[in-house]
Amino acid sequence: MLLSFCQWLAETPFSTGIRESTYIYPVIESVHVLSLCIFVGLLLLWDLRLTGITLRRVAVSEVWARLIPWITFGAVLMVLSGLLLFASDPVRFFGNIFFRLKALGLFLALLNAMAFHLGIERRLVDWDTAAVTPRAAKLAGAISIGLWAVIVVTGRFVAYNWFSPLV
Amino acid sequence: MESLFLWVEHSWLGTSVNNSLWAFAAFEAAHLLALAVIGGAVLVVDLRMLGWVFPRQRVSEIAAEARPWLIGSIIAMFLTGIPLLASLADSKYYFNEAFRLKMYFLGAALLFTFLVRQRVAMSDDARANSRMAKAVAVVSVLLWSGVGIMGRGIGFY
Repeated sequence: MLLSFCQWLAETPFSTGIRESTYIYPVIESVHVLSLCIFVGLLLLWDLRLTGITLRRVAVSEVWARLIPWITFGAVLMVLSGLLLFASDPVRFFGNIFFRLKALGLFLALLNAMAFHLGIERRLVDWDTAAVTPRAAKLAGAISIGLWAVIVVTGRFVAYNWFSPLV
Repeated sequence: MESLFLWVEHSWLGTSVNNSLWAFAAFEAAHLLALAVIGGAVLVVDLRMLGWVFPRQRVSEIAAEARPWLIGSIIAMFLTGIPLLASLADSKYYFNEAFRLKMYFLGAALLFTFLVRQRVAMSDDARANSRMAKAVAVVSVLLWSGVGIMGRGIGFY
């Protein structure tokens, strides 16, 4: 079903328009890479605060409140530019092993964020201003950093065709 | 200058990266990871100078927090970027207009960050929050964006 959707999408004028353009594709890709600085770069500062490495003198809730508008802005740019890149050649991306690993990494990163939200974040008032954060918060931050590193690396590797397409 | 690029390409480093199936991609991926770190470390200080994040913390405090990450990521950028350059120094990068522009932007960004922005960020609160400081932050974002855009541009040139 996913494959037939990709095949349908690839035939639309929208998809072929991006795929065959001279400038649109490089512009979208540059936006995707530069938003990485805003999104992953600032998310990293948040994760480092969770692990108790940076901004230890600033309350956790304040770091979150100040960074989240920028992290959200970066995430919106990443998702929009990423969807457009995917739409340009959906069948190739769907059959690329690194693209699938990246999708798995994104799913796990979302699960980790949910686990933090439903877990240790509920007791945030107890450790909001602590320089040394609870073990669960450190773990959530470290897992997030690891997963985003995997997502960035597998994302870059999508461009290589070391392995034959899966579809 | 071209002979230097030619020598680098035929050096041990250049030929090892060029002859490996994985090395170029691995250094490239590590270069991209360092980009995310440098992006955060540069942006958080510039956004603070503009008054857009952490308004209750002093500019100098945010700059001091970001500094080890900024310096560490710049070192990581050079360590991963040099093997990429070496692999095709003469046959690709020497004649690549985007690479050349990237190097100009990089030189300007490094000088501006450590000679100008650093001084403004570490000066007294009045100066670090002045209109001049905001202008410095804008220039910093533009110079580093230039490095990033031209870096991506190398592949399209």
